[in-house]
Amino acid sequence: MSHSDQHYLAMDLLRFTTAGSVDDGKSTLIGRLLYDSKAIFEDQLDAIERATEQRGEENLNLSLLTDGLRAEREQGITIDVAYRYFATPRRKFIIADTPGHIQYTRNMVTGASTANLAIILIDARKGVIEQTCRHSFIASLLRIPHLIVAVNKMDLVDWSESRYNEIVAQYTEFASRLEVPDIKFIPLSALHGDNVVDKSARMPWFQGGTLLYTLETVYIGSDSNLIDARFPVQTVIRPNSDEHHDFRGFAGRIAGGVFKPGDEVVAQPSGLTSRIKAIRGPDGDLPEAFAPMSVVMTLADEIDLSRGDMLVKANNPPHVSQDIEAMVCWFADKKIQPGGKYLLRHTTREARCVVKAVRYKVNINTLHKAEGDLDIGMNDIGRIQLRTAVPLLCDPYQRNRATGSFILVDEFTHATVGAGMIL
Amino acid sequence: MSSYHLTHLSQLEHEAIFVMREVAAQFERPALLFSGGKDSIVMVRLAQKAFRPAKYPFPLVHVDTGHNFPETIAFRDWLAQETGGRLIVRQVEDSIKAGRAQEETGLNPSRNALQTVTLLDTIEEFKFDACLGGARRDEEKARAKERFFSHRDEFGQWDPKNQRPELWNLFNGRKQPGEHFRVFPLSNWTEMDVWQYIARENLAIPSIYFAHQREIVNRNGMLLARSPYITLLDGEQYETKQVRYRTVGDSTCTGAVESPATTLAEIIQEVASAHQTERGTRADDKRSESSMEDRKKAGYF
Repeated sequence: MSHSDQHYLAMDLLRFTTAGSVDDGKSTLIGRLLYDSKAIFEDQLDAIERATEQRGEENLNLSLLTDGLRAEREQGITIDVAYRYFATPRRKFIIADTPGHIQYTRNMVTGASTANLAIILIDARKGVIEQTCRHSFIASLLRIPHLIVAVNKMDLVDWSESRYNEIVAQYTEFASRLEVPDIKFIPLSALHGDNVVDKSARMPWFQGGTLLYTLETVYIGSDSNLIDARFPVQTVIRPNSDEHHDFRGFAGRIAGGVFKPGDEVVAQPSGLTSRIKAIRGPDGDLPEAFAPMSVVMTLADEIDLSRGDMLVKANNPPHVSQDIEAMVCWFADKKIQPGGKYLLRHTTREARCVVKAVRYKVNINTLHKAEGDLDIGMNDIGRIQLRTAVPLLCDPYQRNRATGSFILVDEFTHATVGAGMIL
Repeated sequence: MSSYHLTHLSQLEHEAIFVMREVAAQFERPALLFSGGKDSIVMVRLAQKAFRPAKYPFPLVHVDTGHNFPETIAFRDWLAQETGGRLIVRQVEDSIKAGRAQEETGLNPSRNALQTVTLLDTIEEFKFDACLGGARRDEEKARAKERFFSHRDEFGQWDPKNQRPELWNLFNGRKQPGEHFRVFPLSNWTEMDVWQYIARENLAIPSIYFAHQREIVNRNGMLLARSPYITLLDGEQYETKQVRYRTVGDSTCTGAVESPATTLAEIIQEVASAHQTERGTRADDKRSESSMEDRKKAGYF
């Protein structure tokens, strides 16, 4: 592969998550992608060869590559999300590799929160099973814009086109209940490499691209919100030096939309207005800036603005509200308590909040409301109503993942106990 | 018509800057752990960019084992001065003299693990509540599980099985008194990204990264530099070779690689075609399958 500067400097970045268990061949698939794209090094291969031998196993155990913790290797399970990196001449990839069983929801939600794409693995022998539904629901709930349904182990169903079509039909029927704008299907064999990097000669009936080709070419340019201008202030930069005596810049990461010098802006929640004087990027002044850039803005007027506030455009305000309806995924042993108080972090804002009501719990296998069950515990997903001590400046999660998401923090242990998506 | 598109290197840069600003905003006494190696050099550049036109609000903290390459130490002092940073150096030697750490014995005595003692003492001395580090998830398998905001208990320990989930760009820096955080803005960078960034930004780096003539001894495939801290074994001898370093750690546990690369472009070509990970030259990682995890649990970088 070519690593000339020009080439490398023009590459973009795709973050994806893989859902499935070892049984579905997930580790084999990741191992195949890493291996065929030269992201596994000889010393890593040596190390897992040694470890495989020590364990008395026959086939090279590629899961040892991703299971980095001692406890994981001992128990042969993945406990935590692991991040993997590889690159082709077209793209750099970040894989959030999430475990299939233990703490499943917590880890998949974590991995999915930053992903542009999810690969859902289906065992061709088993077809769409409960786990497939669970994975797909979480991908849909977290608004991952692109799904690849990888129908794996095609070698074990004799590369059968009709079996593949059956599974596609099965999944399509199920997916009508989901809200994923882009779903692609690929029949493959991770073990033998068919349709992973190289096109399979054994499935000539499949006209689509290989998995890697699809990962390289899926269009992600429209994934971030470029419509609703949102700039949560992270920190105020004041040099206190003679040279920049009056400089007062507002640093932050653009959470949506496009800003230009000269734009009229409104500070939320104060409602004060001003005009953008300049926008500084990492390399100096910019003619415009967009999500997810980290910039420093200076304003034409001295207005009160600090961390937790937000600059927006006049004709397009966010919701300003203390009453929040949200889907929440729970991470703590202790169940959500109606009336319970938590710290909420949303963009750069922190607010105390109280759970006013638990509306319902979702059965994540059937996507139905679990009637009469309002106990939201570890790894459960449900709908709640919150009241915050100060207003949040937010958008529905489905419109903007950055301004529609929050986490809940236990006031005493400081642990992150929940993740929320605003409705 | 502009296309609203960022290259992957720019995305990583914007992400790292966001994380650094988050540290400045969420903590009272943050510090930047600085080794003089390439990753910490990139960190300093990102810190400069994150807070311009103000100075970056972190002191540079170096835990000096006494076994560092002199080129790295000279570079460290130069960079701190060049960027107007405040440099805090604490010596492992002092921890040993004070009886808080004990020198290893044996064939390859290394002060690598002893750094943890000095580091935790330094954190306590200055009451640092967050330490920025240049570690990357692609470096090592235990690091692949690391968070951006990595919580440490009052003993400085990492509990990998009980980490806080980290979602979206929402970082939870809440803690009890006496606890602290390690924060890793370069989590999503790879070795290649770091080199490309150094090239793009035209950053100065210590000379030992470039090919040079050096006396080395080949010990179990590791090319160790001649230094007062290495004792030759029977049958071993020094030879002069053209080498360079892929990582900069202690001279006692960091191996050189034979290389003709004298420019950044040549280094990048070499990294692109490398068959070994960069930490393949680190004896400290090879002691056991979980040596990094064990050191990190104890409070290592």
